[in-house]
Amino acid sequence: MLFWFLTVLALGSALMVVFSKNPVHSILWLIITFFAITGHYILLNAQFLAIVNIIVYAGAIMVLFLFVVMMMNLNEISSPLKNKWLKFAGVISGCSLLLVLIAALKDTDTMQQEVLLNTGKIGLINNLGTVLFSDYVLPFEISSVLFLSAMVGAVVIGKK
Amino acid sequence: MTINHYIFLSVALFCIGIIGVLTRRNVIIIFMCIELMFNAVNLLLVAFSKMHYLAASVVDPATTAGTDGQLFVFFIMVVAAAEVSVGLAIIVMMYRNTHSIDASFLNRLKH
Repeated sequence: MLFWFLTVLALGSALMVVFSKNPVHSILWLIITFFAITGHYILLNAQFLAIVNIIVYAGAIMVLFLFVVMMMNLNEISSPLKNKWLKFAGVISGCSLLLVLIAALKDTDTMQQEVLLNTGKIGLINNLGTVLFSDYVLPFEISSVLFLSAMVGAVVIGKK
Repeated sequence: MTINHYIFLSVALFCIGIIGVLTRRNVIIIFMCIELMFNAVNLLLVAFSKMHYLAASVVDPATTAGTDGQLFVFFIMVVAAAEVSVGLAIIVMMYRNTHSIDASFLNRLKH
């Protein structure tokens, strides 16, 4: 029951992200989508990823988007070349990709396997931290270097 | 819940993201649709991780199968955060140069 509520919330607000005119409104709808996906993580008992999803996506990244949108004055900018056929072709090609993926995946034999809900302790921070700092130490350190270079790059690009 | 519910939900979210990238001309909206596609993939990875855990815990109750999938989601989030910081810096620089964030003005790669 909760699964269907979160699914409808995620899909509906994702559609509103694409089709709302005001960029600020689509950012707010995207935050609602992220909260619905966080609800799915909690339903799957992936508690660490749920918290990280709220803090990093809904907290940090969306605030960054809101800052950038409000820094630019976008209200009077309307797209000058409105090509209806281009939008139509985009919607048609996206829907046909959806159709092809569903038709290809519909009859595979792993489709009826159960997913464990509400229990299981692999998503807790104890297990994830142990594996992250024993087997995945090298990728962890490399991602810290990636963060440092991204920070330097953002400052250098934004300064000139 | 079987895995096909999660597969169909993720495929639908991913295709909504693709429709957004193809139809909208605002660069920030395109960027947000890319984030939406990231999240669809993350949700599917977590669902598959729990599926493998359930299959392995029947044999051995103390197994940690499926931990790798959740750590991959963690690394995807790290890379997405770095990508957003650099990408938004590029968008701000582009807005300073051209006073517009319309993607159809960017087909020249010069001036």
